[in-house]
Amino acid sequence: MKLPRTLIFGGILFATFLFAALASFFWTPENVEVLKITSRFKLPSVINWFGTDHFGRDIFSMIMVGARTSIAVAVVAVGIGIIIGVPLGLWAASRHGHWLDDLIMRGNDLVFAFPSLIIAILITAVFGPSAFNAIIAIGIFNVPVFARISRGGALSIWNLDYILSARVAGKGTFRISAEHILPNIANLLIVQGTIQFSLGILAEAALSYVGLGVQPPTPSWGRMLADSQTMISFAPHLALFPGFAIILTVLGLNLMGDGLRDILDPRIRRAQK
Amino acid sequence: MLHFAFTRLISLSLSLIAASVVIFSVIEIIPGDPASFMLGINAQPDTIAALRDQLGLNGSIISRYFNWISGMLTGDFGISYTYRVPVSELIMARVWISLPLAIYALAISTLIAFPVGLIAAANRGRPVDLTIMGTTQLGVAIPNFWFAMILVLIFAINLRWFSAGGFPGWDQGFLLSIKSLTLPAIALALPQASILARIMRSSILDTLDQDYVRTARAKGLTRSQAIWRHALKNAMIPVLTIIGMQFSFLMAGAIIIENVFFLPGLGRLIFQGITQRDLIVVESVVMLLVFAVITVTFIVDITYAAVDPRLRRKQ
Amino acid sequence: MNFYLKKIAATSAILLSTAMLSHAAQTDITIGMQLEPPNLDPTGGAAGAIDQVVYANIFEGLTRYQADGSIAPALAKSWDISSDGLTYTFHLNEGVKFHDGTAMDAEDVKFSLDRARSEDSTNAQKALFAGIASVDVVDASTVKVTLSSPNGGFITNMAWGDAVIVAPESIANAATSPIGTGPFVFSNWVQGDRIEMSKNDNYWGAPIALKKATFKFISDPTAAFAAMMAGDLDAFPGYPAPETLPQFAADPRFTVIGGNTEGETILSTNNKDEHFSNLKVRKALAHAINRQEIIDGAMFGYGKPIGTHFAPHHPDYVDLTANSNYDPELSKKLLAEAGYPNGFDTTLKLPPPSYARRGGEIIAAQLRAVGINAEISNLEWADWLKQVFKGKDYGLTIVSHTEPMDIGIYARPAYYFQYDNPDFQQLMKDLTAESDPAARSNMLKKAQRIISDDYVNGYLFQLARTSVINSKINGMWENSPTQATDLTGVSWSD
Repeated sequence: MKLPRTLIFGGILFATFLFAALASFFWTPENVEVLKITSRFKLPSVINWFGTDHFGRDIFSMIMVGARTSIAVAVVAVGIGIIIGVPLGLWAASRHGHWLDDLIMRGNDLVFAFPSLIIAILITAVFGPSAFNAIIAIGIFNVPVFARISRGGALSIWNLDYILSARVAGKGTFRISAEHILPNIANLLIVQGTIQFSLGILAEAALSYVGLGVQPPTPSWGRMLADSQTMISFAPHLALFPGFAIILTVLGLNLMGDGLRDILDPRIRRAQK
Repeated sequence: MLHFAFTRLISLSLSLIAASVVIFSVIEIIPGDPASFMLGINAQPDTIAALRDQLGLNGSIISRYFNWISGMLTGDFGISYTYRVPVSELIMARVWISLPLAIYALAISTLIAFPVGLIAAANRGRPVDLTIMGTTQLGVAIPNFWFAMILVLIFAINLRWFSAGGFPGWDQGFLLSIKSLTLPAIALALPQASILARIMRSSILDTLDQDYVRTARAKGLTRSQAIWRHALKNAMIPVLTIIGMQFSFLMAGAIIIENVFFLPGLGRLIFQGITQRDLIVVESVVMLLVFAVITVTFIVDITYAAVDPRLRRKQ
Repeated sequence: MNFYLKKIAATSAILLSTAMLSHAAQTDITIGMQLEPPNLDPTGGAAGAIDQVVYANIFEGLTRYQADGSIAPALAKSWDISSDGLTYTFHLNEGVKFHDGTAMDAEDVKFSLDRARSEDSTNAQKALFAGIASVDVVDASTVKVTLSSPNGGFITNMAWGDAVIVAPESIANAATSPIGTGPFVFSNWVQGDRIEMSKNDNYWGAPIALKKATFKFISDPTAAFAAMMAGDLDAFPGYPAPETLPQFAADPRFTVIGGNTEGETILSTNNKDEHFSNLKVRKALAHAINRQEIIDGAMFGYGKPIGTHFAPHHPDYVDLTANSNYDPELSKKLLAEAGYPNGFDTTLKLPPPSYARRGGEIIAAQLRAVGINAEISNLEWADWLKQVFKGKDYGLTIVSHTEPMDIGIYARPAYYFQYDNPDFQQLMKDLTAESDPAARSNMLKKAQRIISDDYVNGYLFQLARTSVINSKINGMWENSPTQATDLTGVSWSD
């Protein structure tokens, strides 16, 4: 089967950053925890491929370590969304027409209604700014997305004949959900997962930008952008490289999502409505 | 239809009540005492206690919740701890910045997205479509605050075509005020336009695949005639839903943009309220935004159902 | 005929308007400020931002600070002090009116002072008024203040923003509609955006040059830079983005002024913390710090190193920086001696200002180099007040103490760094009672040495006050002897 170009291109982009994140555990050109004020604001050169920042830290190394943060936060947040959202959605679908389905959907709508950034700020104000709280804040808003997707996908499968026969045969809803529905919505979840992943990267960047993500000295792309703002007119490379990193990672994930959607099943899009 | 609207109204009210409870409890947990924040490092404990009394911070949780709710129902949003003015005044002043900004951004993004999406759909598979798809992919990936930084750098600092931010006030002149909202609106509009264009495109394409359109084409209509006369109307429905949702996002999610351009809007009011521990402001404004979003969703649902009867049945 | 008339009229109109536009020296000014005041009553709360807007502009006290830090008469044109130092008789200026037209007289002075020192006063500097035993009205322009014990700093205290004179008729709404006696009248406050004030045509004192002043609040350093560069602001005293100052300095449209503040920026150390209660550990801390690196890295070169809690521009300052010079090897040795050969973990809780956030990152790196692992928490002021200042739940923090002559805080054992030295406390008591300048000077020097030898805190640098100003403006204060943006002497040259 020929893989779509979007999947290949997106995959390469994302894999680059994933590789950088993993490699950063073993090696970075320079140690990001050591500050060298005397070497600050250096432009990209052979020694510092992306230049140095206002504390003399090597920006290339910062981007590598920052990749860790962005990817880790986004992945766990998606994980939370799936682990809580999918069972909820499947449960709601299995009780379709019942008040439970309504209740879960109202709850969903309620969470959707909350302005997510404000809640994220509130959460970090209550519990303190950190990577963990950023994950919770982003993860919470992934739950209704996956709940809605899995419910929608599940509903269209519940109506199929072979499911009806399984029910007549006496299979419980839980077993049906687990054995028949879940595998069939897996494609939906994969595609949505990559989308939520890319949204998670953007959300983590936004939270770090306002200072509510991972704290210093751990580098974070969003915080690098915030730090660079006042110096952008004389040291633009401080803002350009983290910005590009975010853009390319998100782009890679979005392209992957498109490509996955194309190969997994174009008919899925109908079911999503 | 009436029955449908009525049940939705009930769930609307329930959602609002649940939301108010959630908001109130979250905000009550926030650590930090507004009185000591206001009085600063060298204040004496008795001074702080006196201020807490003045601000009404010493009642029980239940009584404070009911005071807040009953106040809001009568339009009284309480008195801000830090500014000592009615919160409703603060909201009224700020809403006239956030609302126009949201509308402006929505207008820009719609004006760009509709033609772009249409062109892409009409030229599916051809270079124009591919270019548009590529560009919108990029647009979606750009963080709006980074884009804002770049806009300020180029247009405000270097070219001096726009001011770097701030809002002169509507009384200083309509054009001047719109000008100060332009860069922020563009920064907000970019990712939205990209998303909208893509949805527009896919929505039109999906409609084109529908049976009734095929029938129209079988009857001899050209592709563009099919698009204009049949597909567009129906493609608009999901697009309109998305616009409705985006509007809510724009109102609330513009916090960061308001900060970058130092616009005194609702988003920044909330941010400042949290920082200054002005709980009354935070509670009331968040509640207001949630109310706006839930109401807009409700209206969209009703309109959608009015347009498409299939949705009214318990499906 | 008609045609020529029209031509003449048009030409004159054009000439007149251009003349008007170019001739008048500007009389209004827009000042940028980082923090927005929560309200406008300087006697009801502590926020320095309140004084930044209203001090000397809208409100005045019996005495006032001048640009060079000296104290001058204000509402009180002169005063007599009794020989026992207990009774101050203030002679007030006559014909002074509040902005609402009511007269300012001795009754208002009594009202203001009594209100400040009353039981339920919310005045943040109640201590300033605590020593007052009674305030008596002698006649409409004479007030007698009796202290319970002599206080050499009383006249200075009356110049503080918290001691301005207010009127009972207008005090109820002072927070949102301040009525004072100053040369500017409050006109408008757009919350979150700006405060406007205009010239008081009935001002009792010397007329001012400006007709209108607007304070715009821009907390974000980037936004401040952009606004200043784009010409949206005329001046930004206390400009928050030191890294951009070279750009302004190089541009002839702007002038950068560097001045002093009374802000000792210190690495406050919790003296009751399990690690920091040991003197050796505190000494190790002191030698691990490279002050110049912090000044360069966080403040971009602006700020003078200090070796103790005292302002270096003050004549009684003793340079004790050598006591805590940068010596990481010595630091590691001391830590090993104290029982921490592998260092230890602690917390570094930082409030919002950039000297704390940026300085904090640099210090954390310096401490890591000697084995002390300081975990950074960036807190908002409300949290910082709760956790650090009141809760004393921290190991280290960085903050700038901006009150003038505040070495006395080291005599308070319950103050957040919890230093308890009875000798020092006695010294401070003696100092308050002492009025002979030579003796006071010796005591102050001794006090500085004690807290330096005890390594109570890490003494970093004196906060500099950098202001970026349109080159055509004169009269802005260079230094910040008190929190104020005194516009009374400011004008445009043209």
